[in-house]
Amino acid sequence: MDLAFILPPFSSVLGELTTLILRHDFHAAAWQTFQAFAIGMFFAITGGIALGFIMGTSKTANNILGMWVNIFASAPLSSVVPVLMLLFGLGQLTVVVIVILFSIWIIALDTYAGVHHTSNSLKEMGRSFGANQRQLLVKILFWAALPEILAGVRLGLIRAVKGIVIGQLLLSVVALGRMFRTFSDNFQFEEFWALTLILFVFALLFSTLIGRLESKVEYYAGTRD
Amino acid sequence: MNTAVLEEVRSPMNKAIHVSLPDATTPTDPSANIVSVRGITKFYGSDVHALEDVNLDFPTGQMTTLLGPSGCGKTTLLKIIAGLLDSTSGEVMVKGKTVTSPGPERAFVFQDFALLPWATVTRNVAFGLELTGVPLKEREAKAKTYIEKVGLSGFEDKYPHELSGGMRQRVGLARALAVDADVLLMDEPFSAVDEQNRRKFQEDLLHLLSVEKKTVIFVTHSIEEAVYVSDQIVLLSPRPGRIHSIIRPELDRSSSPDDIRRDKVYLDTVEEIWGNIREYLD
Ligand SMILES: Nc1ncnc2c1ncn2[C@@H]1O[C@H](COP(=O)(O)OP(=O)(O)OP(=O)(O)O)[C@@H](O)[C@H]1O
Ligand SMILES: [Mg+2]
Repeated sequence: MDLAFILPPFSSVLGELTTLILRHDFHAAAWQTFQAFAIGMFFAITGGIALGFIMGTSKTANNILGMWVNIFASAPLSSVVPVLMLLFGLGQLTVVVIVILFSIWIIALDTYAGVHHTSNSLKEMGRSFGANQRQLLVKILFWAALPEILAGVRLGLIRAVKGIVIGQLLLSVVALGRMFRTFSDNFQFEEFWALTLILFVFALLFSTLIGRLESKVEYYAGTRD
Repeated sequence: MNTAVLEEVRSPMNKAIHVSLPDATTPTDPSANIVSVRGITKFYGSDVHALEDVNLDFPTGQMTTLLGPSGCGKTTLLKIIAGLLDSTSGEVMVKGKTVTSPGPERAFVFQDFALLPWATVTRNVAFGLELTGVPLKEREAKAKTYIEKVGLSGFEDKYPHELSGGMRQRVGLARALAVDADVLLMDEPFSAVDEQNRRKFQEDLLHLLSVEKKTVIFVTHSIEEAVYVSDQIVLLSPRPGRIHSIIRPELDRSSSPDDIRRDKVYLDTVEEIWGNIREYLD
């Protein structure tokens, strides 16, 4: 296969990028991907934080869940992407599932670390002033763990994008096989790389945004034991 | 016991007085002693024996200090009284009722301040009230009064990391005062405060407590601090912590802080306690 075909010159990618951004069907497609991405992140964040809190507040839960969360967080998940595509097809649902699968574990782990490292005296302070379990959670533990939670969300976001890009790569390879036989010159690598580029720009933007938030809460991460 | 101590016990006026220890069967008198502990023993796990059969009465409206070397169980005893820690056996009575968990009659001041880093001075001071559901306006007004009383006016909207150690502990003190508990439990509140601020803070604390009429249980390992602030000093011996002796320094508190620190009773009591501690350090 001609490498120049798969990796087109950067200038033509940029050219494609501008035409792509101006196209209406691209808007719709990008919007759909973005929606799926946002839905996936929503579930990953809420699920990951919940999981992290359960692990951080219950020793038993941590003993049972900790190992699995760690395994999933470091597993080569890329290899299950084709399976997911077979299971869920090539639509929005697959994107949602990939985003959750790639990002939830690191969010859970970081949340756990934040909850686990909350200073004991802060928890005792809450109890001694009469906080119930719910107040302890929402008024103390959540805020104390916030720096770690944000770090987890940022890392999860990057992983999710990685998952999507891998998915698209695989998808295009599959599509490529078919296309070679039928309409090989129809597949547009410029378009593919342009889309990937846009995804990365989005990811960069979001992670910078979260990074900003993180630096806002950094002052209190430093004051803990 | 050395002769100086014996002499002090005998002389009637203005001297440190030793008090006989209550035992597990001594009846508690809730009108005179707001807090009583009976037969408190504490094991951490199966082999760390932190406290052994501690019996103590804390007279209402007085300042009692738990004094002793590092590791003798001062914090453990204070946290058991606070209801933050379960004892292995024995019981804690507050106003005549046995308690096993924290309650509104007791407020804790923490060694490391335990302030919410993400909250302003006002919210930190009002936090105890926030937890019990006092409406925002009301608790902020109350916080403001106590911020003023501890000398932090003008810092209402600052965050803990913008304050010095001494100021942070003033926030911790204001938070404990704001919930209007009868008993303040203070675990080495000045240990993270530098020497100059510490003296000033001790003086302010004494003044504030004479106005607020609180019972205070105070942990320290500074002999000078204990003698300066206390009505009653409980000397604990090392592990397992037991009561070595109870001393009441009868200082004339109407004189100025500097005069108190030069007072013969003050100096003698410091020496006497040091003598006692040296006994079991050897
Ligand atoms: N959670 C714990 N688990 C096991 N041992 C503990 C625990 N907390 C305290 N101890 C031990 O119990 C003993 C009493 O501890 P405690 O903290 O009450 O002493 P302390 O008098 O407050 O000392 P310090 O002056 O250093 O604060 C010490 O020997 C300590 O090592
Ligand atoms: Mg201690």
